[in-house]
Amino acid sequence: MSNNNKIEINAISDENPLDYKTLNEVIHRALSQGKTKIVLNNVCGQRFIGASLQGNIELIINGLPGNDLGIFMDGPRIVVNGNCEDQAGNTMNDGTIIIHGDCGDVIGLSARGGKIYVKKDVGYRVGIHIKEYEHKHPVLIIGGTAKDFLGEYMAGGIIIVLGLKINDDGSVEESNHPICGNELGTGIHRGKILLRTDENLEENLGIGAKLFEITESELKQIDPLLDEYCDAFSIPRELIDRKPFKVVKPISKRPFGGNYCGQIV
Amino acid sequence: MSSLTHKIPSYFKVKIDQDLCKKCKRCTTHCSYGVLSFNGEKIVSDDDKCVACNRCVAMCPGKAIRIIENDSYLPPHGNYTRRIRNIIWRQSGDGGVLLSATGNDRPIRVIFDDLLLDACQVTNPSIDPLRETIETKIFFGRKPQKLEFNYNIETPDDISLKTDFSPNFEIDMPIMIGHMSLGSISYNAVMAIYQAVKELNILAGSGEGGLHKDFYEYGPNIITEIASGRFGVDINYLQNAAGIEIKIGQGAKPGHGGHLPGEKVNSLISQTRMIPKGSDALSPYPHHDIYSIEDLAQLIAALKEATRYKVPIGVKIAAVHNSAPIAVGIARGGADFISIDGFRGGTGAAPRIIRDHAGIPIELAIAAVDERLRQENLRDQITLVAGGSVRYSADLIKAIALGADVCMVGMPVLIAMGCRVCQQCFRGLCSWGIATQQEYLVRRLDIDVARNRIINLFHSWNEELKEVLGAMGIDSVESLRSNRDRLRYIGPNPRIAEILGVKHAGE
Repeated sequence: MSNNNKIEINAISDENPLDYKTLNEVIHRALSQGKTKIVLNNVCGQRFIGASLQGNIELIINGLPGNDLGIFMDGPRIVVNGNCEDQAGNTMNDGTIIIHGDCGDVIGLSARGGKIYVKKDVGYRVGIHIKEYEHKHPVLIIGGTAKDFLGEYMAGGIIIVLGLKINDDGSVEESNHPICGNELGTGIHRGKILLRTDENLEENLGIGAKLFEITESELKQIDPLLDEYCDAFSIPRELIDRKPFKVVKPISKRPFGGNYCGQIV
Repeated sequence: MSSLTHKIPSYFKVKIDQDLCKKCKRCTTHCSYGVLSFNGEKIVSDDDKCVACNRCVAMCPGKAIRIIENDSYLPPHGNYTRRIRNIIWRQSGDGGVLLSATGNDRPIRVIFDDLLLDACQVTNPSIDPLRETIETKIFFGRKPQKLEFNYNIETPDDISLKTDFSPNFEIDMPIMIGHMSLGSISYNAVMAIYQAVKELNILAGSGEGGLHKDFYEYGPNIITEIASGRFGVDINYLQNAAGIEIKIGQGAKPGHGGHLPGEKVNSLISQTRMIPKGSDALSPYPHHDIYSIEDLAQLIAALKEATRYKVPIGVKIAAVHNSAPIAVGIARGGADFISIDGFRGGTGAAPRIIRDHAGIPIELAIAAVDERLRQENLRDQITLVAGGSVRYSADLIKAIALGADVCMVGMPVLIAMGCRVCQQCFRGLCSWGIATQQEYLVRRLDIDVARNRIINLFHSWNEELKEVLGAMGIDSVESLRSNRDRLRYIGPNPRIAEILGVKHAGE
């Protein structure tokens, strides 16, 4: 990528953060000038960065992006050098979001495609209602740990939680937080959640979710994803293989089908 | 034995006049509920399955079929009505949550029916709508509270507008066909609706079913819906619409999500909603990114960003006890329009308990929301859309006089297309090809015929609206909006008139 296509944008003007509308306007202007690599410096909580952007473009965010990073996004790649607030990748159709830090709640809400890689821990209701469709399979990999309601209503795709503590100096150790909270995969009716742990998670499961041992074909399926993840954060792959994965899958494609009945009145 | 003693008596009986019956068996192929069959000698009916959809009656070439109520079976009881007994029998058999469709069918007094319209006599003369222009068009979207200009007294010719305008578009009648998704109704039904609204230049809602590629060309007349499942929501869905509505609630099922059963998710529905075939499409009860007005404001802002501020963004709520303060929150949260759906509003599938017992009448909700928005100085900025059983033009006119800008209409459109209101939409067996995805049933709905009937229906509503406006001496529907002085109440409860801000007849 030649430097002509790159632009740096300062998200602070006269010591005040630009409001989200102005910042997004600047991004759109840069894109309309043919820029394909946009570096945003001093980002400070601005929402909706990358909203509904399409195409082969890259956003590098230095700072802390606000809620709804990459909402409705369809293709671009976003790298966040720092932490991230809630709802990154909301209803994303395609693209990649790489977050070198912690993340808030509801990451990947209703995403239909694309990849979200988080280096550290995430909050509640992460991966809720992510769904797959034809060739689209959203992937969400969390290096650290997650809280309650992980993968709630999940309708496809794959969530992987590694339970590691990846430090900023590049060293990696096992996290001492629980790998996930309660109501794990509650209402799941397609897709799977893989958790790298030897803990028994039966007590954590939500309605409609069931625990399985990982199969050979599943290991094969996640192998390239883990390689890509390790690459993105420059961590050694061997470490991940030291612990087994548990898999959470739906008991049915129709978890609530039996709850209802009709009548002629 | 137990199954026999607990058999629920049938609601209807199919009477076949064997003298008139030509034994052509046409009725047996048209009945999608499996009621009619030919036993080698004559047509026989399994009355338990009959829903009185009347398809067989309409299709019988000999006019040999009549469906009558089974009124001979149950001992009468004013409290434990047949309906209540039926509910208990059914639930004690299945143990499930009862499903229902269309809107609330309880015989609760309709406030619209207790309202009378004013007309001019002597002073403020009436207008002849056949000769004079009466405007029924509406500008849809947020309006500025005031206009500001850049003006300098030194250079009086150099004047320019300072106020920023929000996106607005024009529709020719104050009518929007309510949100009915592809999935809840058939491809042919949706196509007929979209073609009709394009022709009439009014609006239709997409429902939470995505927008099939075939429908993109009707986008300028479609409000797409963002509901909690985010089904079919992608960049095309957002950018091919006249406006976008965040669906928080639906009048038929306030506080409830959606549930399209997996067997209805065929390849057409799968493509449109962008979900795998055969999986349930579950719309969660709440939006999981909206737990407060601030969160709602955030999604409104996100949608404005995603569409680059080109289309109005609105929010739909069900009419519930606290609609007025919620509506104020929505308006302050940046919505350009607010839709309110009354407790009689329709649905393709909802738990009966919620359809029949939750929410409040739209008449009261319109008046309360209109009044509160006015107190907060927000009313004139917002387009207020109201629905939830606007059955005919009289309801439309009264809803506008109470404070709505535009009315959502659903059931009348289905009835215009052939619906007989059998309330079985959730079973996907609609014999009229409306609320079904089965190819052989969908084919029964002729798109051209259905489209023309919808066009006729709303053409007549609009003419009737003009007749009433003319009689009131009003030359634009915008002047009827919130004009409650042109209504009088004749019902039994003066407290209702008070809440509506309408005087009693004679006052």
